[in-house]
Amino acid sequence: MKFAFLGLLLPAAVLAQGLDGQIGIHDPSTVVRCNNRFYTYGTGGGSLVSDDGWTWRRGTALPRRGVAPDVIHIGDRYYLYIAANIGAQPKAAVNMIWTRTLDPESTDYKWEEGGVVASSDGVEDSNAIDPGVFLDPSDGRLWLVYGSYFGYIRLVELDPRTGTRMDPSDAPRDLAVNCEAATMMFHDGYYYLLATHGSCCRGADSGYNIRVGRSRKVTGPFVDHTGIDMIRGGGMLLVGSGGRVIGPGHFGLLDLGDGVQRFSLHYEADLDRGGASVLDIRPLLWRDGWPVAGDNLAAGTYAIESVRTGTALELAVEGMPVGGRRVRPPGPPPGGGPPGSGGGFFAGTGSPIPPQDAAQVSASWPAGNVDVRLANYLCQAQQKWAITAAPGAGGYPGSPYFQITIAGTGRTLAASADAELVALPAFTGAPEQLWRIEQLPDGAWRLMPKAVPGSTEPLALSAVGASSPTLARLDPASDKQRWRIKAP
Amino acid sequence: MNVPRSLLAALLGAALSTTGAAQTAAPTLSSPTTPESAPAADGFIQRWLLLEPIGADGLTDSAVQAAVKKVYFPGQLTVVPHDGDAVTVGDAALRWHAVDTKLYNVNLFHFARAQGKPTSNVLFWAVTIVDSPAEASGVRLAVGSNAASVWWVNGQQVVAIYGDRQTVIDDGVSRRLSLKKGPNVVRAAIVNGGGATDFCARFLDAENRPLTALTIRLP
Repeated sequence: MKFAFLGLLLPAAVLAQGLDGQIGIHDPSTVVRCNNRFYTYGTGGGSLVSDDGWTWRRGTALPRRGVAPDVIHIGDRYYLYIAANIGAQPKAAVNMIWTRTLDPESTDYKWEEGGVVASSDGVEDSNAIDPGVFLDPSDGRLWLVYGSYFGYIRLVELDPRTGTRMDPSDAPRDLAVNCEAATMMFHDGYYYLLATHGSCCRGADSGYNIRVGRSRKVTGPFVDHTGIDMIRGGGMLLVGSGGRVIGPGHFGLLDLGDGVQRFSLHYEADLDRGGASVLDIRPLLWRDGWPVAGDNLAAGTYAIESVRTGTALELAVEGMPVGGRRVRPPGPPPGGGPPGSGGGFFAGTGSPIPPQDAAQVSASWPAGNVDVRLANYLCQAQQKWAITAAPGAGGYPGSPYFQITIAGTGRTLAASADAELVALPAFTGAPEQLWRIEQLPDGAWRLMPKAVPGSTEPLALSAVGASSPTLARLDPASDKQRWRIKAP
Repeated sequence: MNVPRSLLAALLGAALSTTGAAQTAAPTLSSPTTPESAPAADGFIQRWLLLEPIGADGLTDSAVQAAVKKVYFPGQLTVVPHDGDAVTVGDAALRWHAVDTKLYNVNLFHFARAQGKPTSNVLFWAVTIVDSPAEASGVRLAVGSNAASVWWVNGQQVVAIYGDRQTVIDDGVSRRLSLKKGPNVVRAAIVNGGGATDFCARFLDAENRPLTALTIRLP
């Protein structure tokens, strides 16, 4: 199903919040889950682990050291591919190791050597590092791409039963040039080759950027949006430097299910962390058959508008028009020229009307709990929601849990025990006041309370009527659960 | 250019508020000819008792709430009227009329005009009886109205929508409620400013599908 793109353009001054905790890593593997934890491995064999995908800590190092590993979960095994140069580049080899669990505390945690699956002899036009492993969801075949600047990004087939090379005598196929950190994904009938262009390892001077081409066949050719084959240097920009982070590279698809896709990556330099190389997880969106890098929601004040109904979430109080109530005199419209020409209702007040905030109008709002409803957005205070990270409340892959309050007040959006919505007078940090806000592939957002009293099933904010929100069982296909989060 | 509804209200109000509309048969409404009916395939309730309009002003939340809390006649929130019953509101004797609508909505403009009554700055009371074959929980009443409206099920206010608005299917949707086995009283007050006025209503089941296994049986 193709959705119209609903991307949110955040105000330039508002930046998405980075991950929390110990997130220093270089060349991270695709983030994978094991027993409800998230894991990634980086150059040097170090690892990061997280219980929720938001707050990270240092994990157990791999037994085999190398550069830029990648990992995949197939059946009851985790296959990890990690390369090392043998002497000077571009002589290198990709080794596979495998384990039944990534949890070092498990009795099943034991890495087994699987051998070399790809190599470069130092003469050929290839540097066999930076492996990216891809399980084709359409036919179950397993593939490995690898390479780094010395010549080509190459493709070989692996055996999904063992993770080893399917046929060592089968010559690698050349897919791309002038890039590294390649991997693949499949979407709506196309294979996508993602690779990192530009220079790495230069801190804030790193030109790393992630680019993409697509093909109907896993073997290519992978062509960008302008028709240039990646084997001739093509590649559409997926994500480059921006804001306070420089040099994104090493894409890894993280499909969270229920219609939510994310991708892991690292930035060569996070300016807010002293230029350190750090992990991030961002929404993966789709537009016209091409992937687009989304942004995790940044703290700010927003209107929350239903994609389905076009009406906006508001505190159920009587609104006051911005600038106060003005009543047009009875009778036909006044003559005497167009609006603004002087005189008459349509000419306005003659001076700018300031934005409406809660302090101007909230004196008449009822105390205590207040209902929440949907209404036409009229720039009024009861329609402006401050969305901020809830301190110490944890999160989910890429983002913290948020609290949602009417801007300038403590009135907090919460789930009620009957799976409806209510605005409480103040935020207390209870789970029903914490919101998971995730960007969907078309750029719309899904809002889910962390918990609903008396309910165990996942519930999402749902526009059950044009004027009526509720909480309903998560349904990724429902437009009722899709929201635009817009600058007010 | 769209003519502002407030202008329409002014023009129509001036024409109708004192003398009422010229009587014209309601093309979308008819008197029931059967003892009971079922909701339409899409769940809309098409049989109602409508009271001739009462003057009312204002469509804001507070104005509409004030309008529906004003006592116009005894038992206005409890009475289950019969076709032809009369109530006295101020100096006026107003009658209840049983109607079937041919459409998903009930055209109150047609209704009032057919009675030679005003259509602007008025409040309409509407009542119907929904007979449920079994207790049904997780049900929602879904309404749309032109303009504001307040709705009760078995005496409990369940949804209200305010302001100068047009009828949108499933505009105001109640919280989850239960229909009891047997008759359930659905009551509405629709307040119009000016121009067209109508409403639509249906029940949705727990999966938000129209509830059609109901019988509409007026007293």
